[in-house]
Amino acid sequence: MRLEDYNPLEDRSFSILDPDGEIINEKDMPDFTDEELLYLYKTMLYTRIIDEKALSYQRQGRMLTYAPNTGQEAAQVGSAYAMKEEDWLVPAFRELGAWLVKGVPLKNIYLYWYGNEWGSYMPEGVRVLPISIPIASQLQHAAGIGMANNIKGEKSVAVGYVGDGGTSEGDFHEALNFAAVFKAPVVFFIQNNQYAISTPRSIQTMSKNLALKAVAYNMPGILVDGNDLFAVYVATKEAIERARNGEGPSLIEAYTYRLGAHTTSDDPTKYREDEEVEKWKNKDPILRFKKYLKKKGILTDEWEEKTIEELEKEVMETFESIENKSDTEIDDIFKYHYETMPPHLEEQLNEYKAFLEGGK
Amino acid sequence: MANTLNIVQAINQALMEEMENDETVVVYGEDVGLEGGVFRATVDLQKKFGKERVFDSPLAESAIAGTAVGMAINGLKPVVEMQFSGFVYPAFNQIISHIARMRNRSRGRYNLPMVIRTPYGGGIRALEHHSESLEAVFAHIPGLKVVIPSTPYDAKGLLIAAIRDPDPVLFWEPKRIYRAFKQEVPEGAYEIPIGKAKILQEGDDITIVTWGAMVRDVQKAVDLIKDEGIRPEIIDLRTISPMDRDSFVESVKKTGRILVVHEAPKSFGTGAEIISIVNEKAFLYLEAPPTRLTGFDTTFPLPRGEKHYIPSPERIAKTIVDVVRY
Repeated sequence: MRLEDYNPLEDRSFSILDPDGEIINEKDMPDFTDEELLYLYKTMLYTRIIDEKALSYQRQGRMLTYAPNTGQEAAQVGSAYAMKEEDWLVPAFRELGAWLVKGVPLKNIYLYWYGNEWGSYMPEGVRVLPISIPIASQLQHAAGIGMANNIKGEKSVAVGYVGDGGTSEGDFHEALNFAAVFKAPVVFFIQNNQYAISTPRSIQTMSKNLALKAVAYNMPGILVDGNDLFAVYVATKEAIERARNGEGPSLIEAYTYRLGAHTTSDDPTKYREDEEVEKWKNKDPILRFKKYLKKKGILTDEWEEKTIEELEKEVMETFESIENKSDTEIDDIFKYHYETMPPHLEEQLNEYKAFLEGGK
Repeated sequence: MANTLNIVQAINQALMEEMENDETVVVYGEDVGLEGGVFRATVDLQKKFGKERVFDSPLAESAIAGTAVGMAINGLKPVVEMQFSGFVYPAFNQIISHIARMRNRSRGRYNLPMVIRTPYGGGIRALEHHSESLEAVFAHIPGLKVVIPSTPYDAKGLLIAAIRDPDPVLFWEPKRIYRAFKQEVPEGAYEIPIGKAKILQEGDDITIVTWGAMVRDVQKAVDLIKDEGIRPEIIDLRTISPMDRDSFVESVKKTGRILVVHEAPKSFGTGAEIISIVNEKAFLYLEAPPTRLTGFDTTFPLPRGEKHYIPSPERIAKTIVDVVRY
């Protein structure tokens, strides 16, 4: 497929796999091996299990505020699978599946949500930026990474994530504009999950869809079924390769749905009907992928049971490895503001330590 | 070799030399490329280093700051210009939410070697939003460094130090004295350490702490009262944050008096911070109330009123005498 063939002004969605697990667009179907298909399925399951466990720990008072991903696994896993190791992932805060694909260890992820900055200390070589909470601000970092690649003559691509609400922010537009003007190798990836906390997509913009915002910046924009991993992968892959070949940025809108709450502090029953949620449950990205794999005879019940069991064990062990062992070291609060700690910080640190030691 | 340069020329030379020394240094902002900046601080850089490394950006301060974050993470040292400090506010979110925090947030995985240069301060009969001195606003944010030179020699050395600094530096340039005077500036790179004040004149009757364009006004004030028998110690702070606290604390221990002179509004300002430190560290040495002489807590007036806003040498002189004779 070519991104340019999907004019976002036509409001036509790109899809390959329908909710029944049928391939409705053979010609664009990616050529995955069985191993790859199982890896993608397993990573979506992993994402969901991490979510479910986190929510349950949170309810038990063992985890802090957590932003769940349920329902958006295909958008996250499919987009990140199109990235190469050297590509940069610039997240907002709801991209769990993408982080896993890019190699962020679960320990980091849980540490972050557990309330310790070391969660954002990415392993060497994992080109993932820390979570960015101020909405859409991170897209400018993606644009800057891309601009730097052009200056340095490097071939890596930055993929910046944002939600539907983020497209109303000035930073979203400034980032697209800069990337376009400087022909930066960037892919802007919108997870349109229909809600910015309680505010529905209809209040964010009068645009028919979000992908068409690309038109003003003269870059390709494509609306994709965000619960269809194949479509997400193919569109992102195309956008990334285009960027890598020096053809500039693109905008992808993955049309999906947040089946859970905004965060554990949110109660979505206040602002949406159960009926709507039920309708989207039928489009569950994991369910349709499973139907496809079953039909193809790639997935067995035995494999799935064993995999879920292993993943659950891993998730629980990881959480237990950090639980009650992850209080912040006092020095760490002070140490990382500057390369060298200035005297006033040193003084505050020492005064506090002296207090803790009993006023010595 | 040394040349006689004004502050703008010294800044230009610092950029020229650092771009020559380090190919990861890039310069961009509004009108900085072809035109060389509205104050000509980046003149000829594009000619010398090309459009890849020196370029005009779209008019969007938030993106100028925000893309610099991405560039710094990806191995470059961006030195971006905000055309006037009064226009930096759209970039506030990037500066406070990301630039100040990236090292701490990532526990040192990502640091940001970047500089934001901007002309600040009043006294040039400019339009609204072209005259403010809000260095304290930025100095309040953990994770930032705020530097203000007052001479061509310091401007060059401090800017080179800022570019080489592994952490983000806000480099606020006192535009009132951009071309006010020239000074011998050596060719070739040299650094003036960030976080170190400079004693411009030694004395033991009163410590006067100031920075930026007010340095010259303080010197003029001291000259006005040279026959009064007062020996002031003048300290040019040079870095607002992190502040060289020892410089004025040690001085006050000798003089027993302190006057802070700044152009910025009085309340919640840098002067308040300096005086608090003096109270904490040298309280028993004080012989007079620590005093601030500053801009008013008002909006900076349009040009027909600005002469009232910026403390004049005459007002500074009177205040020095008042504090010493308290």
